[in-house]
Amino acid sequence: MASFTKITSHAVVIPSENIDTDQIIPARFLKVLDKDGLGKSLFCDWRYLPDGTNVPDFPLNYAASEGAQVLIAGDNFGCGSSREHAPWALVGWGIRVVISTSFADIFKGNSLKNGLLPVVVSQDIHQKLLAAQAANPKAQVTVDLAQNLLTLPDGSTTAFPVDSFAQHCLLHGIDQLGYILSFDDKIKVFEAAHSYAS
Amino acid sequence: MARTLFEKIWNDHVVVGEAGRPAVLYVDLHLIHEVTSPQAFAGLRARGLKVRRPERTVATMDHSTPTLPKALQVIDEQARAQLSQLEKNCAEFGIRLFALGNDKNGIVHVVGPERGFTQPGMTIVCGDSHTSTHGAFGSLAFGIGTSEVEHVLASQCLLQSRPKTMEVRIDGTLSPLVTAKDIILAVIAQIGTGGGTGYVIEYTGSAIRALDMEARMTVCNMSIEAGARAGLIAPDEKTFEYVKGREFAPAGAAWDAAVERWKKLPTDAGATYDTLVTLEADKIEPMITYGTHPGMAVPVTQALPAAADFSAGSERQAFEKAMVYMGLEGGHSLVGQKVDVVFVGSCTNGRISDLRLAASVLKGRHVAVGVRVLIVPGSQEVKRQAEAEGLDRIFTEAGAEWREAGCSMCIAMNGDQLSPGQYAVSTSNRNFEGRQGKGGRTFLASPATAAASAVTGKVTDVRTLAAV
Repeated sequence: MASFTKITSHAVVIPSENIDTDQIIPARFLKVLDKDGLGKSLFCDWRYLPDGTNVPDFPLNYAASEGAQVLIAGDNFGCGSSREHAPWALVGWGIRVVISTSFADIFKGNSLKNGLLPVVVSQDIHQKLLAAQAANPKAQVTVDLAQNLLTLPDGSTTAFPVDSFAQHCLLHGIDQLGYILSFDDKIKVFEAAHSYAS
Repeated sequence: MARTLFEKIWNDHVVVGEAGRPAVLYVDLHLIHEVTSPQAFAGLRARGLKVRRPERTVATMDHSTPTLPKALQVIDEQARAQLSQLEKNCAEFGIRLFALGNDKNGIVHVVGPERGFTQPGMTIVCGDSHTSTHGAFGSLAFGIGTSEVEHVLASQCLLQSRPKTMEVRIDGTLSPLVTAKDIILAVIAQIGTGGGTGYVIEYTGSAIRALDMEARMTVCNMSIEAGARAGLIAPDEKTFEYVKGREFAPAGAAWDAAVERWKKLPTDAGATYDTLVTLEADKIEPMITYGTHPGMAVPVTQALPAAADFSAGSERQAFEKAMVYMGLEGGHSLVGQKVDVVFVGSCTNGRISDLRLAASVLKGRHVAVGVRVLIVPGSQEVKRQAEAEGLDRIFTEAGAEWREAGCSMCIAMNGDQLSPGQYAVSTSNRNFEGRQGKGGRTFLASPATAAASAVTGKVTDVRTLAAV
């Protein structure tokens, strides 16, 4: 897995609450055998008109959004389906951090396995970020995972919660399957002790 | 010490539990389907790993399978490639597969219980958020992503942080024509789409105990729509009766031992949950969604909110955005709202009792002119049972389409979909924008409400249909 340490970037803002994974990547794009190439379909139904041209007032299509690695979204981001295609599509477009006031559980877990960092902030900080970005679409934020510190465009900082294990894995690009398999002996013992599990 | 049902199952499955780290949790049953597994198998191959316990892994094809009778034309080359990849993966790794055309094929969350794979006390995962369905048996069942599918294939384990517990207690008696679907829509409307985030819900109370197993599956199925990864209902005699004798259920002495084990699962007296939510069954009415997430639901006869009901802010914006997408105005009930399509099916409401309920409404009636009605059984087994009972004839004589099993219009990956702007009353689980087809507009409701709406061509309170 790609490691994640520190990112400084301007942000795309999609302020809606309850953005579900069907919006992030509609189901018709799930008929794939690999993880690559989903970035072009990210937010497809909000992003493109029926003739395939851009919806002019959709944030991903703003000229200022180009190159952004941070997405600021509304509460309960990533609700709905368990499709890991959602983080694959976000990462495919170039997003490495999503900032919201809360995330759906499965989306959060999937993101952390793909080098995509979900950052939970308070309502206050969220409002400040929206205001800063509205004033200057190129306003920079810095996300420092080692310090679990978010630096706002005005230079103020705020700590964000991060599970220490996930933090460790992301910082060092640790592969979780390798970690689980390191307990092979214990898994064998467990299976032997649970006859119904054998 | 008194423990909840969740704590018992969780503790029984922790292989490694170290402070400050997620638990390594053992998985008893891993269900897979064509859409969320290909990249996981590719990962195994890339690492040269095998499937650790192929006999604990069960595959079915459901998301993109065609439901048009006999023709079985897969919608496109991509879907065909994905189905054929699942076939190859299962053959290579020795996994049991109920492929398209197999008489045991069907939606993964219908097949698991009906074949007896799903049993109380198990941990069950699948790369599908509606895995919560299996919690109806008192098993800890939740959806996972594709990376985790790979973890489970390779190790039969998952890394999981321990969730909190929420008791949703529903006492009292449901009124006639009020169903499990109405219960769960009422729960989600009350706690919100994120209300269960971080929790496992256990549904308790006399109204839950009174539900049959299929109704319990409907309730647990939509736990994820409240943000909870899993929903649980304590196993009881109804559970044991349902599981007994099924193809992959324990038999003989193993059955007796299993039931003894399962009887110890229910939450102990005095055990506590992190939070409690209560509803009164007697007050629950037939529910319907009006917006673009399952929490936007009201009793079918009740006026929708109006923008003025919300203070300025994100909630009002969300409401207004949903109303624009749905082409609706708030302030009055949906009764009488024109309907173009009715869909009865899905892992939420595609089991035999759901079809019986829809048939009881459609019997001797005809669907309204211009309304397309799809009845999609949850599995081939459900289809056979429905045909044995003559339900298929009731549906076709009423003017509905009787289809093959699959996820169909719930996720609109197989060609069964709404056209832009169309309104559907659907028994499925998600009313997100475009979920049933780009631009489609979904009202989620019970099979009874869906069938009644099919008859009138409008959103209808099933209780107002005159007796035939």
